[in-house]
Amino acid sequence: MSLLRIPTPLRPYANGQKEINVQARTVGEALFVLTDCYSGLRPHLFTPDGQLRAFINLFLNDEDIRQLQGLDTPIKESDQLILIPSIAGG
Amino acid sequence: MLNTISLSRYEILRYSRHLLIPEVGLEGQRKIKAASVLVIGTGGLGSPVALYLAAAGVGRIGLVDYDVVDESNLQRQVIHGTQRIGDLKVDSAKARLEDLNPEIQIDTYNEPFTSENAMRIAEEYDILIDGTDNFPTRYLINDVCVLTGKPNVYGSIYRFEGQVSVFDARSGPCYRCLFPEPPPPGMVPSCAEGGVLGVLPGTVGTLQATEALKLILGIGTSLKGKLMLYDALDMSFTFVNLKKNPNCKICGEHPEITHLIDYEAFCGVPGHDHDEGSAGKDWDIEPLALAEMLKQNRPVHLIDVREPHEVEISSIPGEKLIPLGQLASHLSELDSAEDIVLFCKTGTRSTRALELLVSAGFRKVKNLRGGINAWAQEVNPDLPIY
Repeated sequence: MSLLRIPTPLRPYANGQKEINVQARTVGEALFVLTDCYSGLRPHLFTPDGQLRAFINLFLNDEDIRQLQGLDTPIKESDQLILIPSIAGG
Repeated sequence: MLNTISLSRYEILRYSRHLLIPEVGLEGQRKIKAASVLVIGTGGLGSPVALYLAAAGVGRIGLVDYDVVDESNLQRQVIHGTQRIGDLKVDSAKARLEDLNPEIQIDTYNEPFTSENAMRIAEEYDILIDGTDNFPTRYLINDVCVLTGKPNVYGSIYRFEGQVSVFDARSGPCYRCLFPEPPPPGMVPSCAEGGVLGVLPGTVGTLQATEALKLILGIGTSLKGKLMLYDALDMSFTFVNLKKNPNCKICGEHPEITHLIDYEAFCGVPGHDHDEGSAGKDWDIEPLALAEMLKQNRPVHLIDVREPHEVEISSIPGEKLIPLGQLASHLSELDSAEDIVLFCKTGTRSTRALELLVSAGFRKVKNLRGGINAWAQEVNPDLPIY
């Protein structure tokens, strides 16, 4: 199981959880599992036509998936997928 | 210019603890004295940034803020004080910094940082520090830095989490490389709406000051090309790698943005963190008008879209609590034939709730202008304002 870290602004849509274990082969599949469990997250992560929203950054361990194979990036059991949203408080 | 900078005997005594560090020494302290830093925002982040840079002896510090000090600031904006409530924040901050270190120059800009004045103000400074509280100004600061070739020491916070980086498009990614687009309006609550642990900006702002000093001194490994994520609850620090986006609209191989734009239009939100409280006169109901409706026993459903822990602070009798994040899944419980009044703390979340209901076909729905805080002010002064 890989670990998916949910940032604070999105936790209300994931039942308050900050970390979720997912069984998936790719980043895209992990997000599918996540939004299948918590459908309230879907509109925050994806556009109506299924594209990942540009203000959501996904890092596999410490690398941006845009520098890897995007949603097709394979993931291993020990991997951590981190969702990093924009925050603007100051 | 560094050759002309010298330290007085008084300054040598003041900065002795810096001079004792081999990586700083006299030469480093002279670099700090020669440096000029613009701090945009004198609030949660700006407070520790400005205090520590002043303490360090940065020769020239510019402060940009158009706001005044109020009570709710003092939970975290430690550069200000109770005696300064009602004062301009830049004046309050300047007075504190001059007390801390009268040897340095403090410039103040009591105006919002906008496309009209940003280049003029930033021109005088080597480094910009993002201590703001809204997306439009963050994109503006980034673009100013990219277009003028200056580093942007970035920090941002929400509740218990913070982010820190140094964006320098001359040699790495800029803010737009990481966040090419802002979130949709209302998706990420501000500190005014969502709250923030008061000490959090103290930590994040101090880290920003650390990065600024490292840039000035040319020592250590900066956060350029990295984003630091801080979670105060876990006390965890996570570092991820950032790379320049070759398609970045401002610092990429074929930039489309070559001058400053309308950032409020780009982000769809105003360039400040104040709760707006109004859905427009056609959709608002004034607190006194609602009070009159209730007094006349006219049927109305009061829907509170705040979080459960806020109801303990203040509530309106007869209200039904449906937190905003759950409203969409509770729409079937609401009768569109009945009058509904939505409210929250000051009217921002309830305005979004109203938009949701209207898009679902509800028409007999109003937003309580100013939220329960306005209700407390105008109808029931026994309720606290928060």
